[in-house]
Amino acid sequence: MLAKRIIPCLDVRDGRVVKGKNFTSLKDVDDPVKLASFYSECGADELVFYDITASAEGRKLFSDVLRRVAANVFIPLTVGGGISSLEDFDRVLKCGADKVSVNSGAISDPSLISRAAKKYGDQCVVLSMDVKLVDGRYVVYSRGGRDKTDLDAVEWAKFGQANGAGEIVVNSIDTDGMKGGFDLPMLAAVCDAVTIPVVASGGAGGIEDFITLFKSVNVDAGLGASIFHYGQTDIKELKKCLNNAGVNIRIC
Amino acid sequence: MIALIDYGVGNLFSLRSSLARIGADCVVTDEKKIIESADGVILPGVGAFGDAAKKLEDSRLKDVVLDYARGGRPLLGICLGMQLLFDRSFEYGEHRGLGLIAGEVRPLEQFVKGQKIPHMGWNALKLSSAACPLFKYTAEGEYVYFVHSFCGVCAEKSDLAAVSDYGGYDITAAVRRGNVMGTQFHPEKSGEVGLKMLKAFCEMCEGVQA
Repeated sequence: MLAKRIIPCLDVRDGRVVKGKNFTSLKDVDDPVKLASFYSECGADELVFYDITASAEGRKLFSDVLRRVAANVFIPLTVGGGISSLEDFDRVLKCGADKVSVNSGAISDPSLISRAAKKYGDQCVVLSMDVKLVDGRYVVYSRGGRDKTDLDAVEWAKFGQANGAGEIVVNSIDTDGMKGGFDLPMLAAVCDAVTIPVVASGGAGGIEDFITLFKSVNVDAGLGASIFHYGQTDIKELKKCLNNAGVNIRIC
Repeated sequence: MIALIDYGVGNLFSLRSSLARIGADCVVTDEKKIIESADGVILPGVGAFGDAAKKLEDSRLKDVVLDYARGGRPLLGICLGMQLLFDRSFEYGEHRGLGLIAGEVRPLEQFVKGQKIPHMGWNALKLSSAACPLFKYTAEGEYVYFVHSFCGVCAEKSDLAAVSDYGGYDITAAVRRGNVMGTQFHPEKSGEVGLKMLKAFCEMCEGVQA
């Protein structure tokens, strides 16, 4: 049986890992290569790296980091942040990424999804979206949750699937960084609309939140950042608890 | 020396890194002479079957791989590389494969009902009773990483080396006919479990050399 995945997410700026509460007040955590190896040994099923640098210099540092991580960690790596062209896909794939996550880049140019899927395969294209509940409707935000768009999250997810996205990452702006649990109604709405794997993001505060997530919504993976980086939740312990709760998980 | 065939399909960075990690001497190549002299060959691949099969043919590497396989030295296909070992595929049309493993490649949705496609993530291996040397260090039930929407269907049951259960259907996870082997999953992305399989493969190659 396919196991539910636990995915630590590492935001990288200037070659360092950072994580913010509701996308602001970033704080340094650790060395990306060390952290990635540590997570892999703890049983992380996959790693996500977000490049939150804007400068060309920062981008070069990110590529170096990625190359070093991919040469040392042998689990799937997803890369996102600033992906807006096929050249960006090419750049990170050459550094060892397995999947590439598009967010704002796909909002500005929706054809990027199908063009990338055609060139690199569906399995390679992850549609990532930041979603907020506005007047009873799930709305997609661009630029790291800063700009409201007129896209409906459920429709956008369907569009992604129809155009060749192999996976969808849904991050709830409402629950992100709050450590009060995942946004279950929003995740359920997206899961019901697509047949490709869905990764839940935003709001994990503890082990119970992951158990509730997998027990109540048909998501394939749970993503977390600060919950893992600050050592509040140990991945080994989390997986043991999920297993005991009857969630199919890879124990290693 | 292990030759990692570069025919312009997919990303060889991870595979090369994982072979380096286990200390294997490996060359990424599209040169006939180097492939012919290798102790073992790995045929990687991601993307669409038709496109990959065409690239293999256009680069004249198809016959090189077929000759190599006939020579009896170890050949390992990974992911799409495994699917290419089959007779044919029905991924967007009908395409001819290498014909080293009897059977066809078909869309997963024909067999798996009510499950998400692609089959993406870690799944447990159910090993066939006939021991495959690739699984020398692999235990029953160990997890490996899959990502695919099409699957190989063996015509000969004896070619099936391992399966994984997805929604009640046993997906072909690994195939083997003599020296020709293939894994649908990615050993280079399957952590320690995968590295041990690559190690077992390298040992087979060394065995041939000695």
